Amino acid sequence: MPKVTIDGQEIEVAPGTTILQACQQAGVEVPHFCYHERLMIAGNCRMCLVEVEKSPKPVASCAMPVADGNVIHTQSPTAIKARRGVMEMLLINHPLDCPICDQGGECDLQDQAMAYGFDRGRFEENKRAVRDKDFGPLVATSMNRCIHCTRCIRFLTEIAGVEELGATGRGEAMEITTYVEKALGSELSANIIDLCPVGALTSKPYSYVARPWELRKTESVDVLDAVGSNIRIDSRGAQILRVLPRLHEDINEEWISDKTRFAIDGLVRRRLDRPYIRRNGKLVEAEWQEALDLVADRLKGVPGERIAAIAGDLCDAEAMYALKELLTGLGATSFDCRQDGARLDPGCRAGYLFNTTIAGIEQADACLLVGTNPRWEAALVNARLRKRYLRGGFRVAAIGPAPDLTFPVERLGDGGEALNALVRGEGPSAEVLRAAKAPMIILGQGALARADSARVLGAGRAIAETFGMVRPDWNGFNVLHCAAARVGGLDLGFVPGPGGRDVAGIMEACRSGAIEILYLLGADEIDLSDIGSAFVVYQGHHGDRGAARADVVLPGAAYTEKDATYVNTEGRVQLGRKAVFPPGRAREDWAILRALSGVLGRPLHFDSLSELRHHMRAAYPVFGEIDHIVPAEWGMFGEAGPVGPEPFTYPIADFYRTDPISRASATMAQCSERFGGRSDAAPRTGTHG
Amino acid sequence: MRELIERHAGGVRGGWDNLLAVIPGGSSTPCLPAPVCEKVLMDFDSLVAEKSGLGTAALIVMDKSTDIVRAIARLSQFYKHESCGQCTPCREGLGWVWRVMERMVAGNAAVAELDMLYDVTKEIEGHTICALADGAAWPVQGLIRHFRPEMERRIEEYRGAAVRRAAD
Repeated sequence: MPKVTIDGQEIEVAPGTTILQACQQAGVEVPHFCYHERLMIAGNCRMCLVEVEKSPKPVASCAMPVADGNVIHTQSPTAIKARRGVMEMLLINHPLDCPICDQGGECDLQDQAMAYGFDRGRFEENKRAVRDKDFGPLVATSMNRCIHCTRCIRFLTEIAGVEELGATGRGEAMEITTYVEKALGSELSANIIDLCPVGALTSKPYSYVARPWELRKTESVDVLDAVGSNIRIDSRGAQILRVLPRLHEDINEEWISDKTRFAIDGLVRRRLDRPYIRRNGKLVEAEWQEALDLVADRLKGVPGERIAAIAGDLCDAEAMYALKELLTGLGATSFDCRQDGARLDPGCRAGYLFNTTIAGIEQADACLLVGTNPRWEAALVNARLRKRYLRGGFRVAAIGPAPDLTFPVERLGDGGEALNALVRGEGPSAEVLRAAKAPMIILGQGALARADSARVLGAGRAIAETFGMVRPDWNGFNVLHCAAARVGGLDLGFVPGPGGRDVAGIMEACRSGAIEILYLLGADEIDLSDIGSAFVVYQGHHGDRGAARADVVLPGAAYTEKDATYVNTEGRVQLGRKAVFPPGRAREDWAILRALSGVLGRPLHFDSLSELRHHMRAAYPVFGEIDHIVPAEWGMFGEAGPVGPEPFTYPIADFYRTDPISRASATMAQCSERFGGRSDAAPRTGTHG
Repeated sequence: MRELIERHAGGVRGGWDNLLAVIPGGSSTPCLPAPVCEKVLMDFDSLVAEKSGLGTAALIVMDKSTDIVRAIARLSQFYKHESCGQCTPCREGLGWVWRVMERMVAGNAAVAELDMLYDVTKEIEGHTICALADGAAWPVQGLIRHFRPEMERRIEEYRGAAVRRAAD
């Protein structure tokens, strides 16, 4: 362990630590621009220069590993003079447009210029002018401000895995560009906005909207995929202005997907802000009392087996718990939270979780993807797979049609045949899995949302057991969900009870008239066009498919408008927090259900969110383990037998439009159009836009 | 050095007395004026003692017909062109130095800018990954160190001409 002295303070650091990291460990701040702990070291901004005794020149601390006995001065005249010089150089060609720059107030260059800048400029020549680039609908560029730290290039190349950004020209003619002026084709592209230390890359939808000091910051979690990325919601008054990533090493590190970041403009469009009742075939505005009375009237006197409920993909656990309690009290057993029909077995928790955990991917040495395109279904899981791949010694094979995952994948086939062969232990990839020390399998919804999904699950379990993926110290069996509500729903047993029907059964029963009342809790991903004369209650926040068919609409709260519990695909319980109030007369979902129970004359046994949580945690203890992974017990699930030969199809056809919020978002619509996510898009003609 | 130039390289055009200056190490080291060239030895320590360096030991010999400011400005342009653009001081600084040097050639500058130029080259020197920036900074430093009177004269002349133009 090398021992170094930093500003007179002696500390011992791990071998291979850089001087800058050692300084950080000693609590000494060294200014820097190009260095970022998750990116390769570039060493080009020269802001982190420090004086090291016996070294003739100041040393770039980000790029220099410590040597035993180094005596480092970060505040000596030499170091300060070097940084002042570098700061002056950075500023000579940097425009003085801070007052109109969106980075103002959260700009590294601004902050560090306060410490190391001169109070006047000596540069009398003309400043450099650089043409702005078009990076697509998300990232606004102002390339005059660029200080050439190359963080954006390194991020896209290393972490996002798309080599689309680079530098052309040299010397002062160097420019950051996509070469042929095209939009950045990565689901993680907007992270370069956070990485850019100056205002060269800023958020296009957020441009000229607010200053950072005006914003109220709420720490929450994302629900637009099942990863449960930690986010910070910045709001002003009643409006959410932006979403930024929040550090969580085990989930999203410090990145978020573009959908998580930019779908928020969908939160103000197509919102259900008051109750509606269908009269003469049309939905008309109504009062809460009217709407609740109507629902209660219809529920009264209907036997439990004629009532069904389906929970959607964005639901919080509290709402699902309250709905289940309410309808179970009426004798209902037809519940389902699996809109896509995946036959996930709630009986065995290990059978529907991403057991390896996202951080655990880094310990794996072989991976089999079955019917999943993680790049679209969980962009940050894909980033983790890529991170593991970059470290070397990681073989990935996949069953299903071939998307580009940003790392090499061996294709074993399109459908069940290849899976059956692996269950029998045949083929070269079986050898790879057999030889691996920590193999893992990821079952996607593309493989599970089909008629023989129980057999796919069984095949997955057989593969996991055959190839030693399940051991006391390692569980390589993973189900990758797309819906933030799915694991929570399964944990709550929001599935058919005794004699109950699943989603397909409910639809069938609605048609035949066996089910009279269908309660949709934010369920928008099912086809409601042919469900007979069933009375449909829709509780949710967007006027999407569910509300369009509803007979009564009860306006609920979106994920940014309620304190709520979500469980991500790993089975990690996380709390979302309320950033703003729901619009208009919309209410938090658990409160709507509590009010409905009162009108029904069968009040639920809680009057506040904390009481609800108390009861929920007593009944389902897993919800008490906030942000803590409880390893799930391995058991029996799935069904033995061969899987049908049909090719797996991926559940997400368009990454940018997967749920009611992103479908209502104008930004996501632009992305969808720009990146061709939509497969049915007609060719554009000259009369477009 | 004199021996090298006179005996082995054919001497200075018009005789030794016509010598203006020599850059002793390629193009990247500070130039030395004729009186120093008289006695200095071509080895590391002697050249360092004269605040220059041996560098590549390829001499650039300039006689009195040379416009020394213009010659060094040309070197600045060369180094600015060759900078790869990675390190900030080199990328940003060499363009700055070159532009000021171009003004110095005509004398279109202020006397105080000589000190500023020297200071800027000091900010560039030693703060980069490779030695290109050092090599770009040194010739300018040598110029200011040894030919400051010539540069000041040009500035005065330019000023005088400007004043006369204004008077006409």
